[in-house]
Amino acid sequence: MDLQLVWFILIVVLFTGFFFLEGFDYGVGILLPFAAKNDIERRMFINSIGPVWDGNEVWMITAGGAMFAAFPHVYATMFSMFYMALFLMLLGLIVRGVAFEFRGQYNSSSWRSLWDYMIFIGSILPAFLWGVAVTNLMKGFMINSDKIYMGTFWDLLSIYTIIGGITFALVFAFHGVTYLSLKLDKKSVVMPRLRLVGTCLGGTAAIFYLICMAFTYTNTDMYKSSLSLGLMLFAAIVFVLAVIARRQNSCGWAFIGSSLAIALTTAGVFVGLFPRILISTMNPAWSLTITNASSSPYTLSIMTVAAVIFVPIVLIYQIWVYWIFRKRITAKDLEY
Amino acid sequence: MDVITLSRLQFAITTIYHYLFIPISLGLSILVAILSTIYLKNGNMAYKRLAKLFGKLFIVSFAMGVVTGIVQEFHFGMNWSEYSRFMGDIFGAPLALEALTAFFLESVFLGVWIFGENRLPKKIHCLSIWLVAFGSNLSSYWILVANSFMQHPVGYVINNGRAEMTNFLALLTNPYVYGQFAHVLTSGITTAGILVVSVSAYKLLCGENVEIFKKGIKIGAIYAVIGLFAVMGTGHLHTQYIGHNQPMKLASMEALWNNADPAPFTLYATIDTKKQKNTNVIEVPYALSFMLNNKPSGEVKGIKALQLQDQKKYGYYNYIPNVELLFWSFRIMLGLGMLMLAMMLITLYLVWKKRLSEYNTRWLRLLVWSIVLPFITNTVGWYIAEGGRQPWMVEGLQKVADAVSQNITSTEVWISLIGFTVVYALLAVAAIFVSVRIIKKDVTAEEGGGL
Repeated sequence: MDLQLVWFILIVVLFTGFFFLEGFDYGVGILLPFAAKNDIERRMFINSIGPVWDGNEVWMITAGGAMFAAFPHVYATMFSMFYMALFLMLLGLIVRGVAFEFRGQYNSSSWRSLWDYMIFIGSILPAFLWGVAVTNLMKGFMINSDKIYMGTFWDLLSIYTIIGGITFALVFAFHGVTYLSLKLDKKSVVMPRLRLVGTCLGGTAAIFYLICMAFTYTNTDMYKSSLSLGLMLFAAIVFVLAVIARRQNSCGWAFIGSSLAIALTTAGVFVGLFPRILISTMNPAWSLTITNASSSPYTLSIMTVAAVIFVPIVLIYQIWVYWIFRKRITAKDLEY
Repeated sequence: MDVITLSRLQFAITTIYHYLFIPISLGLSILVAILSTIYLKNGNMAYKRLAKLFGKLFIVSFAMGVVTGIVQEFHFGMNWSEYSRFMGDIFGAPLALEALTAFFLESVFLGVWIFGENRLPKKIHCLSIWLVAFGSNLSSYWILVANSFMQHPVGYVINNGRAEMTNFLALLTNPYVYGQFAHVLTSGITTAGILVVSVSAYKLLCGENVEIFKKGIKIGAIYAVIGLFAVMGTGHLHTQYIGHNQPMKLASMEALWNNADPAPFTLYATIDTKKQKNTNVIEVPYALSFMLNNKPSGEVKGIKALQLQDQKKYGYYNYIPNVELLFWSFRIMLGLGMLMLAMMLITLYLVWKKRLSEYNTRWLRLLVWSIVLPFITNTVGWYIAEGGRQPWMVEGLQKVADAVSQNITSTEVWISLIGFTVVYALLAVAAIFVSVRIIKKDVTAEEGGGL
């Protein structure tokens, strides 16, 4: 198989992994100040992702690095195009990353609630911005023949892309609810609350998801690929089923559903883009594709060998870590 | 200010800030792993307590290193996208490999180490911190592979207007990376050793757990002395290498305007960059030639000759970096290195003679403050490496001015520059606050499991 195609698929895999893992991670962060009422509950929330969030975040760093290595033109055009959005996302990730470590080091309620809100901001801001970014990717950009973005920051914001942002934040929040439902003590007082939050959030998220799908029809050419349309419709159905499952207290099914919905949507977006990665709205021929934006065959082959060796190793030890920390978290075993 | 100057300023600020935390992570992860292993072997609680205290400080610096590190990865695309286009074929691979081979390892196993103490067999728990230490240091190797290409390009061809990789092995074994990696690794060991000495000295001043922190001072000082000897040795070899491969950097570090044979080492000079000459010079004859060639002779090329040579090769341009800053940075680096070595040797002497106790307050206070020394040294050290390659982004291949993004505005860079600076400043306050809280806590006060 063509190495450029291999790397396109690998980057889809990395983004799927990233949205799946950081999805519930961001979700827990978004819910933190609202669904958890006191310090003990908040610590339970944080501990549910404590051992793993850092490893989850590396999926994004790896996706960025892989983009740089395999499709340097995409990396260059996209990152300079999203300059302000990435700046905001970085601020979010910075405060989030330190908040997890700083929060527990000082026993004062105002100190802790400061970092709780930092975790919230650092979770909802990237979640929203990823939604804006993905809808923009589907919509396309004013990219000229030199692969340089000609628009401004404001061109990246439209009703469609903002709805995309809200949808992502809501879907991730629901994904977080389903994750917490599996990770927290069944007898905890949080459990009934998670059910209620799940129903309300999940319902709203499903409505936004469908609106976003409709806008995708009017704003993009994604559905020219019937596979892309099929994947996204399937994702929507699975998502609705997940919301129902969460309401019925079938937490395992709810989590499988929200995970599957995220994976299917990611796949649907990339299938619709293929073989383009960045669409030029100025001239289709100026789009960045897997052929005109890629690295040399030599670099791609080196990277492929490395990926074949290391991706399985990383997956094995990351799954192992989830296995070690598989036990539900009770108020008794809070650790700092 | 234009986009280039602002982007350079932003990169400089974020990199320097990032590199305040990296040496601690590099050196401290190994030291904490060593302490944990000793505890595992002999069961002495003192080592466990030291491992816990410094483990917590490691976590703070690791978190700061990670969040500021993500900014660095994104920077290349955001501010330096023309560089990314030109160099992506070569530069992206080590970054991706860093994430794949090192970054996952350290992040995942740090989580295991922090939360796994009561859930895992002791040996596996100890192994996890070793994996973190290995990952952290491997991570720095990959980054330095990328950086070394900018200093000394190898294993590439220029094709379709961009650099393409032709020999990956050459990239990994770039002679520049040996010197730089060894220098960075050992400066990390030095920084961590002095941090341990400084914190232990503070705890002795408080008269708290005297026996534990006497051990701390001893271990820290030994670690720092090993680091210092190694950092000086590797620095010496690396300077020799630079002398032959980046002559402009070396001549600027020495403010050597004219060719000289034998070349003296200048201790002090008033540098006039406009007239390109030095006054009020205090120098050691033969010393520079000796440093570079291991014998008191051998020509060292001066800045003026190198400028002419570069103009002939690359066209009319100013190829001279900031001579005054480089000259003084190099002297600060050498001077503080020797000062640290002297302080650590004296400390070890006092420990050996059993004359270092909690009553030795004057020396202990000095040791507490010695913590600023490695940070200054690390910062000027990186300034020499990066400032010395100006005006090149990639030595001989791409100038900084050609590397900047085409579509970003100075307003955007102003906003991000101010944003990062303000957030970094606030984080510095928070990180110091948190670290002081950690240090002040009684290490024998038992809390629930975990770290």
